[in-house]
Amino acid sequence: MRPVEIAFWLVPVAAFFVLPGYLVLGSQILIVSLFALSLDLILGYAGIVSLGHAAFFGVGAYTAGLLSVHGWGEPLTGVAAAAVVAGLVGFVVSFLVVRGEDLARLMVTLGVGLLLYEAANRAAPITGGVDGLSGVVMWKLLGIFPFDLNGRTAYVYSFAMLAIFCWLLKRLTRSPFGLELRAIRENARRMPAVGAPVQRRLVAAFTVGAAIAGVAGALLAQTTQFVGIDTLGFNRSAELVIMLVLGGAGRLYGAIVGTAIFMIAQDYLSGINPVYWQFWLGLLLVVFVFFARGGVMGGLEAIAARWKRR
Amino acid sequence: MTQAIGVLFDGIAYGSLLFLVSLGLSVTMGLMNFVNLAHGAFAMAGGFVTVVAMTRLGVPFLATLPLAFLATAAAGAVLERALYRRLYGASELDQVLFSIGLTFMSIAGATWFFGASQQPVHLPGFLQGQVTVLGVDLGVYRIFLVAAVAALTLLLGALLSRTRFGAQVRASVDNAQAARGLGIDVDRVFSVTFALGSGLAGLGGALGIEVLGLDSSFPLKFMVYFLLVVVVGGAGTLKGPLVAALLLGVLDVAGKYYVPQVGAFVIYAAMVVLLIAFPAGLFGKRR
Repeated sequence: MRPVEIAFWLVPVAAFFVLPGYLVLGSQILIVSLFALSLDLILGYAGIVSLGHAAFFGVGAYTAGLLSVHGWGEPLTGVAAAAVVAGLVGFVVSFLVVRGEDLARLMVTLGVGLLLYEAANRAAPITGGVDGLSGVVMWKLLGIFPFDLNGRTAYVYSFAMLAIFCWLLKRLTRSPFGLELRAIRENARRMPAVGAPVQRRLVAAFTVGAAIAGVAGALLAQTTQFVGIDTLGFNRSAELVIMLVLGGAGRLYGAIVGTAIFMIAQDYLSGINPVYWQFWLGLLLVVFVFFARGGVMGGLEAIAARWKRR
Repeated sequence: MTQAIGVLFDGIAYGSLLFLVSLGLSVTMGLMNFVNLAHGAFAMAGGFVTVVAMTRLGVPFLATLPLAFLATAAAGAVLERALYRRLYGASELDQVLFSIGLTFMSIAGATWFFGASQQPVHLPGFLQGQVTVLGVDLGVYRIFLVAAVAALTLLLGALLSRTRFGAQVRASVDNAQAARGLGIDVDRVFSVTFALGSGLAGLGGALGIEVLGLDSSFPLKFMVYFLLVVVVGGAGTLKGPLVAALLLGVLDVAGKYYVPQVGAFVIYAAMVVLLIAFPAGLFGKRR
Protein backbone atom coordinates (compact mmCIF):
# COMPACT_ATOMS: atom_id res chain seq x y z
CA MET A 1 0.00 0.00 0.00
CA ARG A 2 1.17 3.46 -0.80
CA PRO A 3 1.18 6.13 1.96
CA VAL A 4 -1.66 7.95 0.20
CA GLU A 5 -3.81 4.85 0.40
CA ILE A 6 -3.06 4.34 4.08
CA ALA A 7 -3.99 7.96 4.74
CA PHE A 8 -7.17 7.42 2.73
CA TRP A 9 -8.27 4.48 4.86
CA LEU A 10 -7.42 6.34 8.07
CA VAL A 11 -10.17 8.88 7.30
CA PRO A 12 -13.12 6.53 7.99
CA VAL A 13 -11.25 5.09 10.99
CA ALA A 14 -10.77 8.59 12.40
CA ALA A 15 -14.40 9.43 11.67
CA PHE A 16 -15.45 6.55 13.91
CA PHE A 17 -13.76 8.16 16.91
CA VAL A 18 -14.17 11.85 16.10
CA LEU A 19 -17.76 11.93 14.82
CA PRO A 20 -19.74 9.43 16.92
CA GLY A 21 -22.94 11.31 16.14
CA TYR A 22 -22.65 10.63 12.41
CA LEU A 23 -22.13 6.87 12.45
CA VAL A 24 -25.47 6.11 10.81
CA LEU A 25 -24.71 8.39 7.87
CA GLY A 26 -21.17 7.03 7.92
CA SER A 27 -22.19 3.43 7.54
CA GLN A 28 -24.60 4.38 4.74
CA ILE A 29 -21.70 6.04 2.93
CA LEU A 30 -19.53 2.95 3.40
CA ILE A 31 -22.28 0.67 2.09
CA VAL A 32 -23.09 2.81 -0.94
CA SER A 33 -19.34 3.09 -1.60
CA LEU A 34 -19.23 -0.68 -1.90
CA PHE A 35 -22.23 -0.51 -4.23
CA ALA A 36 -20.43 2.13 -6.34
CA LEU A 37 -17.30 -0.06 -6.42
CA SER A 38 -19.36 -2.88 -7.91
CA LEU A 39 -20.58 -0.55 -10.65
CA ASP A 40 -17.04 0.66 -11.23
CA LEU A 41 -16.05 -2.86 -12.28
CA ILE A 42 -18.90 -2.96 -14.81
CA LEU A 43 -18.89 0.63 -16.01
CA GLY A 44 -15.42 1.93 -15.24
CA TYR A 45 -13.46 -1.15 -16.25
CA ALA A 46 -15.69 -3.17 -18.60
CA GLY A 47 -17.33 -0.07 -20.10
CA ILE A 48 -20.94 -1.27 -19.88
CA VAL A 49 -23.23 1.67 -19.16
CA SER A 50 -25.85 0.30 -16.78
CA LEU A 51 -28.92 2.26 -15.73
CA GLY A 52 -30.32 -0.60 -13.71
CA HIS A 53 -27.59 -1.61 -11.32
CA ALA A 54 -29.92 -1.10 -8.34
CA ALA A 55 -31.64 -4.31 -9.45
CA PHE A 56 -28.85 -6.37 -7.92
CA PHE A 57 -28.56 -4.12 -4.88
CA GLY A 58 -32.26 -4.65 -4.27
CA VAL A 59 -32.09 -8.39 -4.87
CA GLY A 60 -29.33 -8.63 -2.27
CA ALA A 61 -31.25 -6.46 0.17
CA TYR A 62 -34.43 -8.50 -0.18
CA THR A 63 -32.50 -11.79 0.08
CA ALA A 64 -30.87 -10.80 3.37
CA GLY A 65 -34.06 -9.17 4.63
CA LEU A 66 -36.31 -12.10 3.81
CA LEU A 67 -33.87 -14.59 5.33
CA SER A 68 -33.98 -12.64 8.57
CA VAL A 69 -37.75 -12.16 8.55
CA HIS A 70 -38.15 -15.91 8.14
CA GLY A 71 -35.96 -16.72 11.09
CA TRP A 72 -32.33 -16.70 9.98
CA GLY A 73 -30.70 -13.52 11.26
CA GLU A 74 -27.03 -14.50 11.09
CA PRO A 75 -25.36 -11.55 9.31
CA LEU A 76 -22.39 -13.11 7.50
CA THR A 77 -24.28 -16.03 5.98
CA GLY A 78 -27.01 -13.54 5.05
CA VAL A 79 -24.46 -11.52 3.11
CA ALA A 80 -23.13 -14.68 1.45
CA ALA A 81 -26.63 -15.73 0.42
CA ALA A 82 -27.32 -12.27 -0.98
CA ALA A 83 -24.10 -12.40 -2.99
CA VAL A 84 -25.02 -15.78 -4.45
CA VAL A 85 -28.60 -14.81 -5.36
CA ALA A 86 -27.62 -11.42 -6.80
CA GLY A 87 -24.75 -13.04 -8.65
CA LEU A 88 -27.09 -15.62 -10.17
CA VAL A 89 -29.55 -12.95 -11.29
CA GLY A 90 -26.63 -10.95 -12.66
CA PHE A 91 -25.32 -13.99 -14.51
CA VAL A 92 -28.66 -14.54 -16.23
CA VAL A 93 -29.14 -10.85 -17.04
CA SER A 94 -25.58 -10.51 -18.33
CA PHE A 95 -26.39 -12.63 -21.37
CA LEU A 96 -29.12 -10.18 -22.33
CA VAL A 97 -26.81 -7.24 -21.74
CA VAL A 98 -23.56 -8.17 -23.41
CA ARG A 99 -25.00 -9.17 -26.76
CA GLY A 100 -26.42 -5.74 -27.58
CA GLU A 101 -24.93 -2.48 -28.73
CA ASP A 102 -24.46 0.44 -26.34
CA LEU A 103 -27.99 1.79 -26.62
CA ALA A 104 -29.59 -1.64 -26.34
CA ARG A 105 -27.46 -2.35 -23.26
CA LEU A 106 -28.64 0.84 -21.68
CA MET A 107 -32.26 0.01 -22.36
CA VAL A 108 -31.99 -3.62 -21.28
CA THR A 109 -30.40 -2.71 -17.94
CA LEU A 110 -33.02 0.00 -17.48
CA GLY A 111 -35.78 -2.48 -18.38
CA VAL A 112 -34.52 -5.20 -16.05
CA GLY A 113 -34.32 -2.70 -13.21
CA LEU A 114 -37.89 -1.52 -13.80
CA LEU A 115 -39.07 -5.10 -14.18
CA LEU A 116 -37.67 -6.14 -10.80
CA TYR A 117 -39.09 -2.99 -9.20
CA GLU A 118 -42.54 -3.83 -10.52
CA ALA A 119 -42.13 -7.45 -9.46
CA ALA A 120 -41.29 -6.42 -5.89
CA ASN A 121 -44.14 -3.92 -5.96
CA ARG A 122 -46.66 -6.55 -7.08
CA ALA A 123 -45.40 -9.28 -4.77
CA ALA A 124 -46.49 -7.24 -1.76
CA PRO A 125 -47.42 -10.28 0.40
CA ILE A 126 -43.77 -11.36 0.26
CA THR A 127 -41.86 -8.11 -0.05
CA GLY A 128 -44.20 -5.69 1.69
CA GLY A 129 -44.65 -3.72 -1.56
CA VAL A 130 -44.35 0.05 -1.29
CA ASP A 131 -44.46 -0.12 2.52
CA GLY A 132 -41.16 -1.97 2.51
CA LEU A 133 -40.05 -5.06 4.36
CA SER A 134 -39.93 -4.49 8.10
CA GLY A 135 -39.33 -6.89 10.95
CA VAL A 136 -35.73 -7.62 9.97
CA VAL A 137 -34.06 -8.83 13.17
CA MET A 138 -30.32 -9.42 13.18
CA TRP A 139 -28.43 -11.77 15.44
CA LYS A 140 -25.16 -10.70 17.00
CA LEU A 141 -22.31 -10.23 14.58
CA LEU A 142 -19.93 -13.20 14.97
CA GLY A 143 -22.08 -14.13 17.95
CA ILE A 144 -20.50 -11.33 20.01
CA PHE A 145 -21.44 -7.83 18.83
CA PRO A 146 -25.11 -6.83 18.86
CA PHE A 147 -26.30 -4.23 16.35
CA ASP A 148 -26.72 -1.22 18.65
CA LEU A 149 -28.77 1.91 18.20
CA ASN A 150 -25.68 4.13 17.93
CA GLY A 151 -24.66 2.21 14.84
CA ARG A 152 -21.17 1.37 16.11
CA THR A 153 -21.35 -2.30 15.11
CA ALA A 154 -22.98 -1.40 11.80
CA TYR A 155 -20.20 1.08 11.04
CA VAL A 156 -17.35 -1.29 11.79
CA TYR A 157 -19.11 -4.13 9.97
CA SER A 158 -19.68 -2.02 6.83
CA PHE A 159 -16.14 -0.67 7.00
CA ALA A 160 -14.67 -4.16 7.19
CA MET A 161 -16.76 -5.34 4.24
CA LEU A 162 -15.81 -2.31 2.16
CA ALA A 163 -12.14 -2.81 2.92
CA ILE A 164 -12.24 -6.52 2.08
CA PHE A 165 -14.07 -6.06 -1.21
CA CYS A 166 -11.99 -3.04 -2.18
CA TRP A 167 -8.87 -5.14 -1.71
CA LEU A 168 -10.40 -8.00 -3.72
CA LEU A 169 -11.43 -5.68 -6.52
CA LYS A 170 -7.97 -4.12 -6.55
CA ARG A 171 -6.44 -7.55 -7.02
CA LEU A 172 -9.01 -8.40 -9.66
CA THR A 173 -8.59 -5.23 -11.70
CA ARG A 174 -4.80 -5.53 -11.67
CA SER A 175 -4.91 -9.14 -12.81
CA PRO A 176 -4.77 -10.12 -16.50
CA PHE A 177 -8.55 -10.33 -16.29
CA GLY A 178 -8.75 -6.68 -15.27
CA LEU A 179 -6.43 -5.69 -18.08
CA GLU A 180 -8.58 -7.58 -20.56
CA LEU A 181 -11.66 -5.74 -19.34
CA ARG A 182 -9.96 -2.41 -19.87
CA ALA A 183 -8.85 -3.45 -23.33
CA ILE A 184 -12.41 -4.51 -24.18
CA ARG A 185 -13.63 -1.11 -23.03
CA GLU A 186 -11.13 0.62 -25.27
CA ASN A 187 -11.69 -1.55 -28.32
CA ALA A 188 -13.95 -4.58 -28.20
CA ARG A 189 -13.41 -5.41 -31.88
CA ARG A 190 -9.70 -5.96 -31.62
CA MET A 191 -9.82 -8.14 -28.54
CA PRO A 192 -10.73 -11.40 -30.32
CA ALA A 193 -7.59 -10.89 -32.39
CA VAL A 194 -5.41 -11.29 -29.29
CA GLY A 195 -7.38 -14.31 -28.22
CA ALA A 196 -9.65 -12.76 -25.60
CA PRO A 197 -13.24 -14.02 -25.50
CA VAL A 198 -15.06 -10.69 -25.16
CA GLN A 199 -18.49 -12.05 -24.29
CA ARG A 200 -17.22 -14.41 -21.59
CA ARG A 201 -15.13 -11.71 -19.94
CA LEU A 202 -18.04 -9.29 -19.92
CA VAL A 203 -20.38 -11.93 -18.50
CA ALA A 204 -17.84 -12.64 -15.75
CA ALA A 205 -17.40 -8.95 -14.92
CA PHE A 206 -21.14 -8.31 -14.89
CA THR A 207 -21.77 -11.32 -12.64
CA VAL A 208 -19.07 -10.32 -10.14
CA GLY A 209 -20.36 -6.74 -10.15
CA ALA A 210 -23.90 -7.95 -9.52
CA ALA A 211 -22.79 -10.20 -6.65
CA ILE A 212 -20.92 -7.36 -4.94
CA ALA A 213 -23.90 -5.06 -5.42
CA GLY A 214 -25.93 -7.79 -3.70
CA VAL A 215 -23.50 -7.73 -0.78
CA ALA A 216 -23.96 -3.96 -0.47
CA GLY A 217 -27.73 -4.39 -0.56
CA ALA A 218 -27.58 -7.05 2.13
CA LEU A 219 -25.46 -4.77 4.32
CA LEU A 220 -28.02 -1.98 4.00
CA ALA A 221 -30.87 -4.34 4.88
CA GLN A 222 -29.00 -5.72 7.89
CA THR A 223 -27.74 -2.44 9.31
CA THR A 224 -30.99 -0.49 8.85
CA GLN A 225 -33.13 -3.58 9.60
CA PHE A 226 -35.50 -2.53 6.84
CA VAL A 227 -35.77 -3.00 3.07
CA GLY A 228 -37.52 -0.23 1.16
CA ILE A 229 -38.71 -0.76 -2.39
CA ASP A 230 -36.57 2.22 -3.40
CA THR A 231 -33.54 -0.10 -3.12
CA LEU A 232 -34.63 -1.30 -6.57
CA GLY A 233 -35.62 2.08 -7.96
CA PHE A 234 -34.36 3.91 -11.02
CA ASN A 235 -33.29 6.88 -8.92
CA ARG A 236 -30.86 4.71 -7.01
CA SER A 237 -29.33 3.39 -10.24
CA ALA A 238 -29.05 6.86 -11.73
CA GLU A 239 -27.60 8.39 -8.57
CA LEU A 240 -25.07 5.59 -8.39
CA VAL A 241 -23.80 6.34 -11.89
CA ILE A 242 -23.58 9.99 -10.87
CA MET A 243 -21.56 9.21 -7.73
CA LEU A 244 -19.17 7.05 -9.70
CA VAL A 245 -18.61 9.63 -12.40
CA LEU A 246 -18.34 12.41 -9.82
CA GLY A 247 -15.47 10.58 -8.15
CA GLY A 248 -13.93 9.31 -11.39
CA ALA A 249 -14.78 5.97 -12.99
CA GLY A 250 -12.27 3.19 -13.57
CA ARG A 251 -10.14 4.01 -10.52
CA LEU A 252 -11.85 2.17 -7.61
CA TYR A 253 -10.98 4.94 -5.15
CA GLY A 254 -12.99 7.33 -7.29
CA ALA A 255 -16.12 5.35 -6.46
CA ILE A 256 -15.55 5.83 -2.72
CA VAL A 257 -14.60 9.51 -2.99
CA GLY A 258 -17.56 10.26 -5.25
CA THR A 259 -20.01 8.48 -2.96
CA ALA A 260 -18.71 10.28 0.12
CA ILE A 261 -18.90 13.71 -1.51
CA PHE A 262 -22.32 12.99 -3.00
CA MET A 263 -23.90 11.70 0.19
CA ILE A 264 -22.45 14.35 2.48
CA ALA A 265 -23.58 17.08 0.08
CA GLN A 266 -26.99 15.42 -0.20
CA ASP A 267 -27.32 15.20 3.57
CA TYR A 268 -26.41 18.85 3.97
CA LEU A 269 -28.22 20.41 1.00
CA SER A 270 -31.43 18.40 1.10
CA GLY A 271 -31.59 19.32 4.78
CA ILE A 272 -31.97 22.91 3.60
CA ASN A 273 -34.37 22.14 0.76
CA PRO A 274 -34.72 18.95 -1.33
CA VAL A 275 -35.55 20.94 -4.45
CA TYR A 276 -32.29 22.86 -4.19
CA TRP A 277 -30.38 19.63 -3.96
CA GLN A 278 -31.89 18.21 -7.11
CA PHE A 279 -31.23 21.41 -9.03
CA TRP A 280 -27.60 21.67 -7.99
CA LEU A 281 -27.07 17.99 -8.66
CA GLY A 282 -28.39 18.43 -12.18
CA LEU A 283 -26.25 21.50 -12.77
CA LEU A 284 -23.20 19.74 -11.35
CA LEU A 285 -23.72 16.84 -13.75
CA VAL A 286 -23.92 19.10 -16.78
CA VAL A 287 -20.83 21.00 -15.67
CA PHE A 288 -18.94 17.76 -15.02
CA VAL A 289 -19.74 16.36 -18.44
CA PHE A 290 -18.43 19.49 -20.11
CA PHE A 291 -15.43 20.35 -17.98
CA ALA A 292 -14.31 17.51 -15.74
CA ARG A 293 -14.80 14.14 -17.35
CA GLY A 294 -12.31 12.38 -15.09
CA GLY A 295 -14.19 13.35 -11.95
CA VAL A 296 -12.54 14.36 -8.69
CA MET A 297 -9.88 11.65 -8.85
CA GLY A 298 -9.10 12.50 -12.47
CA GLY A 299 -8.62 16.10 -11.43
CA LEU A 300 -6.36 15.13 -8.54
CA GLU A 301 -4.32 12.89 -10.84
CA ALA A 302 -3.85 15.74 -13.29
CA ILE A 303 -2.70 18.03 -10.49
CA ALA A 304 -0.36 15.38 -9.13
CA ALA A 305 1.12 14.77 -12.58
CA ARG A 306 1.74 18.48 -13.08
CA TRP A 307 3.35 18.74 -9.66
CA LYS A 308 5.68 15.80 -10.34
CA ARG A 309 6.82 17.21 -13.65
CA ARG A 310 8.03 20.36 -11.96
CA MET B 1 -67.66 -5.89 -27.04
CA THR B 2 -68.50 -2.20 -26.97
CA GLN B 3 -66.41 -1.96 -23.83
CA ALA B 4 -63.46 -3.51 -25.62
CA ILE B 5 -63.80 -0.97 -28.41
CA GLY B 6 -63.89 1.81 -25.83
CA VAL B 7 -60.67 0.53 -24.25
CA LEU B 8 -59.09 0.15 -27.66
CA PHE B 9 -60.00 3.74 -28.49
CA ASP B 10 -58.58 5.03 -25.21
CA GLY B 11 -55.42 3.10 -25.97
CA ILE B 12 -55.18 4.66 -29.41
CA ALA B 13 -55.67 8.15 -27.97
CA TYR B 14 -52.96 7.47 -25.39
CA GLY B 15 -50.68 5.97 -28.03
CA SER B 16 -51.08 8.91 -30.38
CA LEU B 17 -49.98 11.23 -27.58
CA LEU B 18 -46.94 9.08 -26.93
CA PHE B 19 -46.18 9.21 -30.62
CA LEU B 20 -46.42 12.98 -30.79
CA VAL B 21 -44.03 13.41 -27.88
CA SER B 22 -41.60 10.67 -28.92
CA LEU B 23 -41.20 11.77 -32.51
CA GLY B 24 -38.58 14.39 -31.66
CA LEU B 25 -36.66 11.84 -29.63
CA SER B 26 -36.71 9.47 -32.57
CA VAL B 27 -35.01 12.11 -34.68
CA THR B 28 -32.41 12.87 -32.01
CA MET B 29 -31.55 9.23 -31.59
CA GLY B 30 -31.78 8.34 -35.26
CA LEU B 31 -30.01 11.30 -36.77
CA MET B 32 -27.35 12.10 -34.25
CA ASN B 33 -27.22 8.90 -32.15
CA PHE B 34 -27.84 11.08 -29.13
CA VAL B 35 -29.39 9.38 -26.10
CA ASN B 36 -31.55 12.19 -24.82
CA LEU B 37 -33.16 11.23 -21.52
CA ALA B 38 -34.33 14.82 -21.07
CA HIS B 39 -36.86 14.72 -23.88
CA GLY B 40 -39.77 14.48 -21.45
CA ALA B 41 -38.71 17.82 -20.01
CA PHE B 42 -39.75 19.51 -23.26
CA ALA B 43 -43.15 17.88 -23.06
CA MET B 44 -43.50 19.06 -19.48
CA ALA B 45 -42.47 22.57 -20.50
CA GLY B 46 -45.20 22.61 -23.14
CA GLY B 47 -47.73 21.54 -20.55
CA PHE B 48 -46.71 24.32 -18.19
CA VAL B 49 -46.89 26.91 -20.98
CA THR B 50 -50.51 25.92 -21.51
CA VAL B 51 -51.32 25.93 -17.80
CA VAL B 52 -49.73 29.33 -17.23
CA ALA B 53 -51.30 30.86 -20.32
CA MET B 54 -54.73 29.59 -19.31
CA THR B 55 -54.74 30.27 -15.57
CA ARG B 56 -52.68 33.47 -15.35
CA LEU B 57 -53.25 35.12 -18.72
CA GLY B 58 -56.72 33.83 -19.51
CA VAL B 59 -55.85 32.53 -22.98
CA PRO B 60 -58.38 29.95 -24.24
CA PHE B 61 -57.15 26.33 -24.36
CA LEU B 62 -56.92 25.92 -28.13
CA ALA B 63 -55.01 29.17 -28.50
CA THR B 64 -52.41 28.02 -25.96
CA LEU B 65 -51.44 25.02 -28.10
CA PRO B 66 -49.47 27.00 -30.72
CA LEU B 67 -47.86 28.90 -27.86
CA ALA B 68 -46.76 25.63 -26.25
CA PHE B 69 -45.32 24.48 -29.57
CA LEU B 70 -43.46 27.71 -30.28
CA ALA B 71 -42.11 28.18 -26.77
CA THR B 72 -40.68 24.65 -26.50
CA ALA B 73 -39.36 24.74 -30.06
CA ALA B 74 -37.50 27.94 -29.18
CA ALA B 75 -36.19 26.39 -25.96
CA GLY B 76 -35.09 23.33 -27.92
CA ALA B 77 -33.30 25.44 -30.51
CA VAL B 78 -31.43 27.39 -27.84
CA LEU B 79 -30.42 24.31 -25.86
CA GLU B 80 -29.32 22.50 -29.01
CA ARG B 81 -27.11 25.39 -30.06
CA ALA B 82 -25.69 25.98 -26.61
CA LEU B 83 -25.29 22.50 -25.13
CA TYR B 84 -26.46 19.43 -27.05
CA ARG B 85 -24.34 20.28 -30.07
CA ARG B 86 -21.11 19.90 -28.10
CA LEU B 87 -21.90 16.32 -27.18
CA TYR B 88 -22.75 14.79 -30.56
CA GLY B 89 -19.53 12.84 -30.80
CA ALA B 90 -19.31 12.19 -27.07
CA SER B 91 -19.66 8.80 -25.41
CA GLU B 92 -23.04 7.41 -24.51
CA LEU B 93 -22.24 7.80 -20.81
CA ASP B 94 -21.59 11.52 -21.22
CA GLN B 95 -24.84 11.97 -23.10
CA VAL B 96 -26.78 10.04 -20.49
CA LEU B 97 -25.26 12.00 -17.61
CA PHE B 98 -25.80 15.32 -19.34
CA SER B 99 -29.43 14.60 -20.13
CA ILE B 100 -30.12 13.21 -16.65
CA GLY B 101 -28.64 16.42 -15.28
CA LEU B 102 -30.91 18.45 -17.50
CA THR B 103 -33.89 16.34 -16.41
CA PHE B 104 -33.12 16.89 -12.72
CA MET B 105 -32.80 20.61 -13.28
CA SER B 106 -36.10 20.75 -15.11
CA ILE B 107 -37.87 18.80 -12.36
CA ALA B 108 -36.37 20.99 -9.64
CA GLY B 109 -37.24 24.12 -11.61
CA ALA B 110 -40.82 23.01 -12.16
CA THR B 111 -41.21 22.09 -8.48
CA TRP B 112 -39.76 25.46 -7.49
CA PHE B 113 -42.17 27.47 -9.63
CA PHE B 114 -45.31 25.34 -9.63
CA GLY B 115 -45.05 22.98 -6.65
CA ALA B 116 -45.18 19.21 -6.84
CA SER B 117 -48.94 18.85 -7.20
CA GLN B 118 -50.94 17.91 -10.29
CA GLN B 119 -51.73 20.89 -12.50
CA PRO B 120 -55.37 21.44 -13.32
CA VAL B 121 -56.59 22.13 -16.84
CA HIS B 122 -60.10 23.28 -17.66
CA LEU B 123 -61.07 22.13 -21.10
CA PRO B 124 -63.55 24.25 -23.03
CA GLY B 125 -67.11 22.94 -22.93
CA PHE B 126 -67.17 21.59 -26.48
CA LEU B 127 -64.27 19.24 -25.71
CA GLN B 128 -65.84 17.77 -22.60
CA GLY B 129 -68.27 14.92 -22.16
CA GLN B 130 -68.93 11.87 -24.23
CA VAL B 131 -70.64 11.06 -27.49
CA THR B 132 -72.14 7.74 -28.52
CA VAL B 133 -70.90 6.48 -31.86
CA LEU B 134 -72.51 3.24 -33.07
CA GLY B 135 -73.38 2.29 -29.49
CA VAL B 136 -69.90 3.00 -28.10
CA ASP B 137 -69.31 5.82 -25.61
CA LEU B 138 -66.26 7.82 -26.63
CA GLY B 139 -64.73 10.80 -24.84
CA VAL B 140 -64.99 13.91 -26.99
CA TYR B 141 -61.52 15.03 -25.97
CA ARG B 142 -60.00 11.71 -27.01
CA ILE B 143 -61.63 11.96 -30.43
CA PHE B 144 -60.20 15.46 -30.75
CA LEU B 145 -56.80 14.13 -29.69
CA VAL B 146 -56.73 11.30 -32.21
CA ALA B 147 -57.93 13.60 -34.98
CA ALA B 148 -55.32 16.24 -34.13
CA VAL B 149 -52.47 13.75 -34.06
CA ALA B 150 -53.67 12.08 -37.26
CA ALA B 151 -53.74 15.47 -39.00
CA LEU B 152 -50.28 16.34 -37.68
CA THR B 153 -48.91 12.96 -38.76
CA LEU B 154 -50.20 13.45 -42.31
CA LEU B 155 -48.68 16.92 -42.33
CA LEU B 156 -45.33 15.62 -41.09
CA GLY B 157 -45.45 12.74 -43.55
CA ALA B 158 -45.95 15.22 -46.36
CA LEU B 159 -43.16 17.40 -44.99
CA LEU B 160 -40.79 14.46 -44.93
CA SER B 161 -41.67 12.92 -48.27
CA ARG B 162 -42.65 15.92 -50.41
CA THR B 163 -40.39 18.81 -49.48
CA ARG B 164 -36.76 19.55 -50.10
CA PHE B 165 -36.18 19.83 -46.36
CA GLY B 166 -37.77 16.41 -45.85
CA ALA B 167 -35.46 14.89 -48.43
CA GLN B 168 -32.49 16.42 -46.62
CA VAL B 169 -33.65 14.95 -43.31
CA ARG B 170 -34.10 11.50 -44.84
CA ALA B 171 -30.71 11.65 -46.51
CA SER B 172 -29.04 12.72 -43.26
CA VAL B 173 -30.67 9.90 -41.30
CA ASP B 174 -29.69 7.33 -43.91
CA ASN B 175 -26.07 8.34 -44.07
CA ALA B 176 -24.93 11.58 -42.53
CA GLN B 177 -21.48 11.36 -44.04
CA ALA B 178 -22.67 10.89 -47.59
CA ALA B 179 -25.30 13.59 -47.11
CA ARG B 180 -22.58 15.97 -45.99
CA GLY B 181 -20.58 15.03 -49.04
CA LEU B 182 -23.52 15.97 -51.24
CA GLY B 183 -23.50 19.44 -49.77
CA ILE B 184 -26.36 19.05 -47.32
CA ASP B 185 -25.79 21.13 -44.22
CA VAL B 186 -26.46 18.26 -41.82
CA ASP B 187 -25.83 20.40 -38.74
CA ARG B 188 -28.46 22.89 -39.78
CA VAL B 189 -30.89 20.12 -40.71
CA PHE B 190 -30.42 18.70 -37.29
CA SER B 191 -30.86 22.03 -35.51
CA VAL B 192 -34.17 22.58 -37.27
CA THR B 193 -35.41 19.04 -36.68
CA PHE B 194 -34.36 19.22 -33.04
CA ALA B 195 -36.38 22.41 -32.58
CA LEU B 196 -39.30 20.86 -34.44
CA GLY B 197 -39.11 17.71 -32.31
CA SER B 198 -38.97 19.75 -29.10
CA GLY B 199 -41.95 21.77 -30.27
CA LEU B 200 -43.95 18.62 -31.02
CA ALA B 201 -43.04 17.25 -27.60
CA GLY B 202 -44.25 20.50 -26.04
CA LEU B 203 -47.46 20.31 -28.03
CA GLY B 204 -47.88 16.69 -26.92
CA GLY B 205 -47.32 17.70 -23.31
CA ALA B 206 -49.93 20.45 -23.60
CA LEU B 207 -52.48 18.17 -25.27
CA GLY B 208 -51.70 15.44 -22.79
CA ILE B 209 -52.44 17.27 -19.52
CA GLU B 210 -55.93 15.79 -19.57
CA VAL B 211 -54.71 12.25 -20.35
CA LEU B 212 -51.19 11.87 -18.94
CA GLY B 213 -51.50 14.42 -16.16
CA LEU B 214 -48.94 17.11 -15.48
CA ASP B 215 -46.72 17.51 -12.46
CA SER B 216 -43.05 18.20 -11.91
CA SER B 217 -42.08 14.52 -11.96
CA PHE B 218 -43.39 14.17 -15.53
CA PRO B 219 -39.98 13.88 -17.30
CA LEU B 220 -38.91 10.86 -15.24
CA LYS B 221 -42.34 9.26 -15.00
CA PHE B 222 -42.75 8.95 -18.75
CA MET B 223 -39.09 8.74 -19.76
CA VAL B 224 -39.26 4.99 -20.20
CA TYR B 225 -42.35 5.20 -22.37
CA PHE B 226 -40.78 7.70 -24.75
CA LEU B 227 -37.55 5.73 -24.98
CA LEU B 228 -39.53 2.57 -25.49
CA VAL B 229 -41.47 4.00 -28.41
CA VAL B 230 -38.26 5.00 -30.15
CA VAL B 231 -36.24 1.91 -29.38
CA VAL B 232 -39.02 -0.50 -30.29
CA GLY B 233 -40.10 1.44 -33.34
CA GLY B 234 -36.60 1.99 -34.60
CA ALA B 235 -35.05 5.42 -34.56
CA GLY B 236 -35.25 7.90 -37.40
CA THR B 237 -38.52 6.88 -39.10
CA LEU B 238 -42.12 8.06 -38.91
CA LYS B 239 -43.81 4.68 -39.30
CA GLY B 240 -41.83 2.81 -36.65
CA PRO B 241 -42.56 5.10 -33.69
CA LEU B 242 -46.20 5.45 -34.81
CA VAL B 243 -46.81 1.70 -34.78
CA ALA B 244 -44.81 1.25 -31.58
CA ALA B 245 -46.63 4.10 -29.81
CA LEU B 246 -50.08 2.82 -30.77
CA LEU B 247 -49.11 -0.69 -29.72
CA LEU B 248 -47.74 0.55 -26.43
CA GLY B 249 -50.75 2.77 -25.79
CA VAL B 250 -53.27 0.00 -26.41
CA LEU B 251 -51.25 -2.58 -24.45
CA ASP B 252 -50.83 -0.23 -21.49
CA VAL B 253 -54.46 0.89 -21.31
CA ALA B 254 -55.80 -2.64 -21.88
CA GLY B 255 -53.36 -4.06 -19.32
CA LYS B 256 -54.37 -1.51 -16.69
CA TYR B 257 -58.05 -2.10 -17.45
CA TYR B 258 -58.23 -5.88 -17.66
CA VAL B 259 -55.32 -7.10 -15.50
CA PRO B 260 -54.65 -4.25 -13.06
CA GLN B 261 -52.80 -6.57 -10.65
CA VAL B 262 -50.03 -7.06 -13.22
CA GLY B 263 -49.70 -3.34 -13.92
CA ALA B 264 -46.69 -2.02 -15.76
CA PHE B 265 -45.01 -5.41 -15.57
CA VAL B 266 -46.28 -6.38 -19.04
CA ILE B 267 -44.84 -3.26 -20.62
CA TYR B 268 -41.38 -3.72 -19.13
CA ALA B 269 -41.28 -7.43 -19.93
CA ALA B 270 -42.38 -6.73 -23.51
CA MET B 271 -39.67 -4.08 -23.74
CA VAL B 272 -36.87 -6.41 -22.70
CA VAL B 273 -38.08 -9.20 -24.99
CA LEU B 274 -38.48 -6.87 -27.97
CA LEU B 275 -35.07 -5.33 -27.39
CA ILE B 276 -33.47 -8.74 -27.50
CA ALA B 277 -35.48 -10.03 -30.44
CA PHE B 278 -35.22 -6.81 -32.49
CA PRO B 279 -32.08 -4.94 -31.41
CA ALA B 280 -32.62 -2.33 -34.14
CA GLY B 281 -36.34 -1.90 -33.52
CA LEU B 282 -39.33 -3.32 -35.38
CA PHE B 283 -38.76 -1.15 -38.44
CA GLY B 284 -35.20 -0.05 -37.89
CA LYS B 285 -32.33 -0.79 -40.17
CA ARG B 286 -29.39 -2.73 -38.90
CA ARG B 287 -26.33 -0.57 -38.88
